[in-house]
Amino acid sequence: MLKDILKILEKDARTTTKQIAAMTNTPATEVAGIIKQAEKDKTIVKYKTIINWDKVGNEQVWALIEVKVSPQRDVGFDSIAERIYRFKEARTVYLVSGTYDLLVLAVGKTMHEVANFVSQKLAPTEGVNGTVTHFVLKRYKEDGEILEGEEEVKRQPVTL
Amino acid sequence: MAISTRHRRKRQSPTSQQVRQLRPSGIRKYFDLIASMEGVITLGVGEPDFATPWHIREAAIYSLEKGYTMYTSNLGMPELRQELSRYLKDTYNLTYDPATELLITTGVSEALDLTMRATLDPGDEVIMPDPCYVSYSACVALATGKPVMVPTDPENNFEISAADIEAQVTDKTKAILIGYPANPTGAVMTRDKLAEIAEVAQRHGLLIISDEIYARLVYGVEHTCLATLPGMRESTILLGGFSKAYAMTGWRIGYAAANPEITAAMTKIHQYTMLCAPIMGQIAAVEALRSGENSVAEMVEEYNRRRLVMVKGLNDIGLSCFEPRGAFYAFPSIKSTGMSSEEFTEKLLLEEKVAVVPGSAFGQCGEGFIRCCYATPLANIEEALSRMKRFVGKHKRA
Repeated sequence: MLKDILKILEKDARTTTKQIAAMTNTPATEVAGIIKQAEKDKTIVKYKTIINWDKVGNEQVWALIEVKVSPQRDVGFDSIAERIYRFKEARTVYLVSGTYDLLVLAVGKTMHEVANFVSQKLAPTEGVNGTVTHFVLKRYKEDGEILEGEEEVKRQPVTL
Repeated sequence: MAISTRHRRKRQSPTSQQVRQLRPSGIRKYFDLIASMEGVITLGVGEPDFATPWHIREAAIYSLEKGYTMYTSNLGMPELRQELSRYLKDTYNLTYDPATELLITTGVSEALDLTMRATLDPGDEVIMPDPCYVSYSACVALATGKPVMVPTDPENNFEISAADIEAQVTDKTKAILIGYPANPTGAVMTRDKLAEIAEVAQRHGLLIISDEIYARLVYGVEHTCLATLPGMRESTILLGGFSKAYAMTGWRIGYAAANPEITAAMTKIHQYTMLCAPIMGQIAAVEALRSGENSVAEMVEEYNRRRLVMVKGLNDIGLSCFEPRGAFYAFPSIKSTGMSSEEFTEKLLLEEKVAVVPGSAFGQCGEGFIRCCYATPLANIEEALSRMKRFVGKHKRA
């Protein structure tokens, strides 16, 4: 039941308790209880909206930054990752396999701002050996949603 | 010199009597009405609202780029029949020889038509449930057979009863035709009830044609493939396809699985009339069978959520609806309004701009019901239910 509710909320965070109750054939009070507990124990971390800021002329600059680090004895990558993700500019931080160690998504108002974050905060962080910054030129798809409007393909209104 | 009137041939209709006797589609007029209206929410479609999963489309597009635009073998591409054979084995533990027992058709619709034309002699009777998919009786009639309808009702979950079937068996009965999960009712048949029907078929030496196009769309129950029942594989013509599970309605790909004699008979007709199913559809179907399971599971999950919302909503507004466990249709009764199915449908469309299909379009036992399809986004379902609540409130019989 918890997973069913989480899937629904992940798809559309605005789904009401009443709607979820109908979709899962579960009493609304039970659904509310499950959601409350999930929020409490941080299974539900946050309710999020995906905005296409280009449409309101509010420019943002996104960058994906490859970070090579020297893992520390006893704690591995975690403490370095923590130093990085505490920066508010670091919107997303992942530990990854491959030719680098951490992938950081940084967001700023301008390219200059993001570049400053990399050069003055991220690169000098203890344990960071090197960074490669890729500025995002265009966002096509975000969290499973296509940002540029997809053409609506109409079906026949009635078919047997 | 004027032609003598004695020799002038009496004017004949250009169309065949058989076609003239066919009942016209019960939805044509609604189609035309909707076309003239803005803002209609339609619960009247009979196909998924999802586009075919991208990986399937991409496989077909790539094949077109490579130049795969030719005819295939009449029976269908060998790769597709191999994959289908594997799929039926994995899913149902049924073994069909891809060389002689599987025929790829242009949709299940063609498979149904071929089955009738391959098996019926003039006057042969085919027993089927009422209500049922409109093509069943039409295909039997076009093949010069006689459809024999057996009433079903919501009190029995619209499952056709073996006893009722047996009561209709005559020396002219050739086959039983069933389609579960069902259009328009959303009903499924339990294994036990299917086994009873199988016994009737075996007792009287009848074929069973089982249209299982909605086999993957079941909720909280397991689908029983009729051909898996003891002793039924030889006398069952299993019809299936890709339209509903993989959202491939427009690709026109279906199949028939049957013993070699019947498959050969169907192929004989198919090779003269259709030649082969479209190659791009067949290539897409191969990809669907190989890699489409996750996509199907996601769609089924979404249909289930909508099903629960739709059925609860209909019951809450006083349109009593038995719980459908398959396909993507709800079949509520509108008897509480005192209106006929057609009257309800037309008024609902004109007054509230919600399109449904009158149950009477699917047979006499569909009178007093409407078919509501939940293959449409939740927001549409909720808005439609809200409008229907208002409509029922206005028209409820005192």
